[in-house]
Amino acid sequence: MNKWEDNKAWFLVLPVFVIVAFSAIIPLMTVVNYSIQDIFGPGERVFVGLEWFKEVLGDPRLHEALMRQFLFSGLVLLIEIPLGIGIALLMPKKGWGASLSLVLMALPLLIPWNVIGTIWIVFTRPDIGLLGSFINGMGIPFDHTASPTQAWITLMLMEVWHWTPLVVLLAYAGLRAIPEAYFQAAKIDGASAWAVFKYIQLPKMRGVLTIALLLRFMDSFLIYAEPFVLTGGGPGNTTTFLSIYLVKIAVGQFDLGPAAAFSLIYFLIILLLSWLFYQVLQNAGKGDA
Amino acid sequence: MAQINLNKIAHSYMKHPTGDSDYALKLIDNIWDDGGAYALLGPSGCGKTTLLNIISGLLVPSKGRILFDGKDVTDLPPEKRNIAQVFQFPVLYDTMSVFDNLAFPLRNRGFDEVSVKTRVLEIAEILELTPFLYKKAAGLAADAKQKISLGRGLVRSDVAAILFDEPLTVIDPNLKWQLRCKLKEIHEQLKLTLIYVTHDQVEALTFADKVVVMYEGEIVQIGTPQELFENPSHKFVGYFIGSPGMNFLPCKIDGNIAVIQDSHGVMIKNSTSTQSIGIPLNDSLSSLASKASGQLELGIRPLYLKVHSSAVKGGLKAKVKALQDHGNFKIITVTLAGHTLKARLDEQDNIGNEEVWLEFPVDWIRFFAKERLLK
Repeated sequence: MNKWEDNKAWFLVLPVFVIVAFSAIIPLMTVVNYSIQDIFGPGERVFVGLEWFKEVLGDPRLHEALMRQFLFSGLVLLIEIPLGIGIALLMPKKGWGASLSLVLMALPLLIPWNVIGTIWIVFTRPDIGLLGSFINGMGIPFDHTASPTQAWITLMLMEVWHWTPLVVLLAYAGLRAIPEAYFQAAKIDGASAWAVFKYIQLPKMRGVLTIALLLRFMDSFLIYAEPFVLTGGGPGNTTTFLSIYLVKIAVGQFDLGPAAAFSLIYFLIILLLSWLFYQVLQNAGKGDA
Repeated sequence: MAQINLNKIAHSYMKHPTGDSDYALKLIDNIWDDGGAYALLGPSGCGKTTLLNIISGLLVPSKGRILFDGKDVTDLPPEKRNIAQVFQFPVLYDTMSVFDNLAFPLRNRGFDEVSVKTRVLEIAEILELTPFLYKKAAGLAADAKQKISLGRGLVRSDVAAILFDEPLTVIDPNLKWQLRCKLKEIHEQLKLTLIYVTHDQVEALTFADKVVVMYEGEIVQIGTPQELFENPSHKFVGYFIGSPGMNFLPCKIDGNIAVIQDSHGVMIKNSTSTQSIGIPLNDSLSSLASKASGQLELGIRPLYLKVHSSAVKGGLKAKVKALQDHGNFKIITVTLAGHTLKARLDEQDNIGNEEVWLEFPVDWIRFFAKERLLK
């Protein structure tokens, strides 16, 4: 291969570079640019170094939002992954039941996120909402706009309803890909249902579960639309997650510098944690690859 | 260790089978000896795997009973049947070590760790798996993995029979031979009943004492490799065993002559004379053949069909179509009265490439009617 052909290869990947530059690199650099300047207006900007980072990192409301975010994502993973695997194990393997349950599972995933929030506002309204008025009718006072605990419960219910199906679909695909011979061999070996799950189904699902875990972690850590519509971050600040707080700073208060610094920190946290999850899950499978 | 009695077994995958064609297994009624090595041989879709799964208990037959040593096991699940099965590709518990894989069936049955260890080490020794015992099973080569699958069957001392479902499919050709030898060795050592499903005749013939040939859901013949080769009881066995398969010619008996016919039963005349083309027989052959009802066919193995480069007495002139050199022998393809025949020649045989004379030794002529061998 000669030099000219080498250069032609660069030309062929150029479109991808352009797209990535415009969609990721340039916006990211703009954010970096904002995060180290104080902007008063077009053409009026002062270099402030790491001033905004210091301010943001010392902000107690950000600390609270971060803790809330960890709690939220932690609960999401603890509930959705086992529940998703459980449902996938119970789903019919073939016939019309399999098709029907797949369609039912896919439904919540097809609804736009802000519509999900709206659905749950209506569903949980204490006066006319199916769930809200039912709970109130049982004599338990229920209003998620007034009680932080009830706001959290409602949010978790919505989140689990919305996103567990993704875990179910991934786990189901993983289960269906296991050849029948494994189950036949386990039968002949006299394995219990628990042993089949532990030694066949779970190890064979490791790949898809890694993906499910990463996706659920990233999406739940970035969650914005549904809680914004359902609770608006309230009551008080009790459901104000990182992205909701970020939007308040950037759009509500128009503090672009701190918002940019915040965004970069946010981005790095997600990157770091995703990398960590991935490494742990990859190493768990080493030695048998 | 058990004798397996298949008592009028039939199986259909449909809920309400009506005709014969709805059955994957038509009537099977057979007794397989304790300690025998059986090969189930047949083309894809002939019901081999169905029969195997019925024996192992993964399938319950639609009809009939299955008995191990006289005990009815038809309704027993696989884990209660004392059988082991090795599948087409290695089935392992990936997260376990080789030792744990081998110990798994014993631990599931509640054996204490001391006897588990003794037995696993014993079997690992036989299978030459000792060096890998504490490695993860998933990292090993395909042949070692298949040995582990086999080992999980062997560790159980109560095992009645080991079933193999084309176990060498994923093994490299040079290792196939080694593994097959290992299997024979184990068979002699442990005196287990082995049932081996394959569509590869070489595998079947070298592995088994008795080969069970299946065709369209039926057992067409059970016999030693030699019996299958010399006296195929069904045309299918003739085709399927031997490479190339048996030659068949539709014919009619006229005195001590088998007159060759075309596929419509019309006698074929020699182009140069008005005489029909006939194969000379002896008295016993012609009296056997004349008793047949339905279309008669003459069969002869390519190995026994004699080919001459010049006219011989009783020889039939045939046209050469092709000559294939297989290294240590040649296969010649000729046409005789519109029928294609194959014959095996020695490497040094020099045969013209236009016409040859065929001789049909009476000892090796077999007659078939309604696809079955006349006896």
